[in-house]
Amino acid sequence: MVDVTHGGPISGGTASGAAPAFEVGEPDLYHPRSWVTKYVFSQDAKVIAIQYGLTAMAIGLVALVLSWLMRMQLAFPGLLPFIDADHYYQFITMHGMIMVVYLLTALFLGGFGNYLIPLMLGARDMMFPYLNMLSYWIYLAAVLLLVAGFFVPGGPTGAGWTLYPPQAILANTPGQSWGIVVMLASLMLFIIGFTMGGLNYVVTVLQGRTRGLTLMRMPLTIWGIFTATVMALLAFPALFVGAVMMLFDRLLGTSFFMPAIVVTGEQAPYGGGSPILFQHLFWFFGHPEVYIVALPAFGIVSDLISTHARKNIFGYRMMVWAIVGIGALSFVVWAHHMYVSGMNPGFGFFFATTTLIIAIPTALKVYNWVLTLWRGDIHFTVPMLFALGFIVTFINGGLTGLFLGNVVVDVPLSDTMFVVAHFHMVMGVAPILVIFGAIYHWYPKITGRMLDTTLGKIHFWMTFLGAYLIFFPMHYLGLLGVPRRYFEMGETAFVPASAATLNVFITITALVVGATQMLFLFNLAWSLRHGREAGGNPWRATTLEWQTPETPPAHGNWGAERPVVYRWAYDYSVPGAPQDFLPQNDPGPDLASSGETVAEGVR
Amino acid sequence: MTESSLDPAAAPPAQARPGSGWRRFAADWASDQTSFKGVSWGKAMMWVFLLSDTFVFGCFLVAYMTARMSTTVPWPNPSEVFALEIGGTEVPLILIAIMTFVLISSSGTMALAVHYGYLRDRRKAGRLMLATALFGACFVGMQAFEWTKLIREGVRPWTNPWGAPQFGSSFFMITGFHGTHVTIGVIFLLVLARKVLRGDYETGRRGFFTSRRGRYEAIEIMGLYWHFVDLVWVFIFAFFYLW
Repeated sequence: MVDVTHGGPISGGTASGAAPAFEVGEPDLYHPRSWVTKYVFSQDAKVIAIQYGLTAMAIGLVALVLSWLMRMQLAFPGLLPFIDADHYYQFITMHGMIMVVYLLTALFLGGFGNYLIPLMLGARDMMFPYLNMLSYWIYLAAVLLLVAGFFVPGGPTGAGWTLYPPQAILANTPGQSWGIVVMLASLMLFIIGFTMGGLNYVVTVLQGRTRGLTLMRMPLTIWGIFTATVMALLAFPALFVGAVMMLFDRLLGTSFFMPAIVVTGEQAPYGGGSPILFQHLFWFFGHPEVYIVALPAFGIVSDLISTHARKNIFGYRMMVWAIVGIGALSFVVWAHHMYVSGMNPGFGFFFATTTLIIAIPTALKVYNWVLTLWRGDIHFTVPMLFALGFIVTFINGGLTGLFLGNVVVDVPLSDTMFVVAHFHMVMGVAPILVIFGAIYHWYPKITGRMLDTTLGKIHFWMTFLGAYLIFFPMHYLGLLGVPRRYFEMGETAFVPASAATLNVFITITALVVGATQMLFLFNLAWSLRHGREAGGNPWRATTLEWQTPETPPAHGNWGAERPVVYRWAYDYSVPGAPQDFLPQNDPGPDLASSGETVAEGVR
Repeated sequence: MTESSLDPAAAPPAQARPGSGWRRFAADWASDQTSFKGVSWGKAMMWVFLLSDTFVFGCFLVAYMTARMSTTVPWPNPSEVFALEIGGTEVPLILIAIMTFVLISSSGTMALAVHYGYLRDRRKAGRLMLATALFGACFVGMQAFEWTKLIREGVRPWTNPWGAPQFGSSFFMITGFHGTHVTIGVIFLLVLARKVLRGDYETGRRGFFTSRRGRYEAIEIMGLYWHFVDLVWVFIFAFFYLW
């Protein structure tokens, strides 16, 4: 069978001169003339990516501190006197929202998307650099507005990151006066900003690839980011609409989500609305959001494993279809977050079924990662350690997902620490491990210097083992019936006293793991000046971003002419090739003289 | 989608490919450099944006329908609420009918503007865009009139004299959001018309914000947006006023 998708050189021509013509002309790049237009109001996707990344990490630190404060309260109630119940709920809310939206989404799509899409596709830049710049500045405004929540009267909202009405906008919920308004406005801004960036990512992938780069030759990183962006463009509208409607409920006194309700003995001025409607809107966004975070992680981890195991990815085509399939399926599973919401119980059956079906492409990906490692030439570099850590963590988190996806198992576990443990493993720790791995992997391209390996390995083991020490016991607490979102437990018959001991253990581990991240930040700053010189392609990787004429890539990325792609992204350890990798823009060994082995290897 | 400025001869020749229709379908999509052959970046972006915007309006309409179906208080009768008294008789939905007619007409002038844009007839294209903007402004004006009338009759986002309070909330939210789209469209039409009439696309004058050169294709991209806003109105008309 002739493989039309990621076969050898294009249409069998000789190496040079056979490259097809460009279908689309060069983009109209903006050439900065001042420091401000080069580094501040930059239209270069690489600078925008770094801006996104640094902003996301900065706000992520806030979320880290918030998690410390929550853990302090859980382990040592009353030790920090400024944490009262209201503050505890505010910390929960802000921690969740920051991590899911402002850190993970922004860092994967705004950060890695911006940096890697043009480079991996052999493009000069995003297709709409001006819009791309606006995207970052609106994101920054959204972050600032979110932070402003801490300083408005009454503080940020304490409604939980799901912001469920009616309690989110009723009196007695912390942050009811200002916090919720600021939060909703910030989310709306984020969505507007993200849409501007997202249009760029999608159109660049679809229409901006270099010569020879078919979709089925793209690295899986790009597939993950691309699919996640398409999903985000279709899922964020639901959150946008939900935010608009709740804002109206709060500010104009409409009753979209508000039923007739009595608050502290008085009839609230609402009636006739449906709180379940908000939950549907929220989770129509919220569940795809899980995969918006996970799919780029899937893609990146595939590339890390292939590169550092010096072996082609196993089942590339199935990996692509699995990403696309997960993306499509994730739009029909949302109500598995709502088994106990009071929705029609018949829905539960449908959504449990779809939820379990989505495990099939997900498991397929895990098998393919493991089979890629099988008999590979595994290098235990820091990025590889993080990638391996991701696989293990993702399996763990995914398995508890099967528990929670079934209605009868979910109902008793709902709103316990088991749920907290599950989603922290699967969409907290797992994607963050990938983010770390990706930063260790691409930092040399971004800065021209390697991150320190020793610090990196300490960072990995502390983070990886620490995360397990934190979240594994939480499963157990959940099975005991310890509820989540409780400011303090008080005297309860069903929770043994030893649970408190476990909480102390978790908290101390969390403090240590959190502090370890400072080591990472130090490494980032220190290596910028003192790291080992990386050269253009320190990992001997095949993808295009490592083949740029300069490192870090210059404005316009490619010098005089954009590269021509001759092969897929995973030609590692090709028999007969002079080195153990063939870059995508390498025409490769002479097929005629090397014969069948090479042709087989190239495939 | 109409023709593009690209030379079709530059596209690689279609290769005879084995396999089933689906396989070839996927291979065409995945083919070299561009997935949509001959479609410019700007046009592709507008299509993707409109797809996203479809979900926004879809969510608004589904949310409204949910509210309407789950409310315990009767929903006001739209054909009575949106009736105008003309010559002593109540004519149901007359204003909405006129608004719909105006907006659909504006799609006609927009289509003509796109046509003359491709003929490089900047006067006709520019004037037709101005006409489209005028129709759009008319529409927004009539909507303002309708809002004023309803507000005078006591409709508020949180209450109204006839029934479910969600009637007013949904009405102001959905028509307001659509009206915002029309208003943004009018503003962009005016800006583009000025550029076209001034001959920016012949002289290669660079944009004020983006410092990039525009092309006549911008009119078509503008047209995509405008037709979309019209199409959305048809759905709002059907689901809000006619239901």
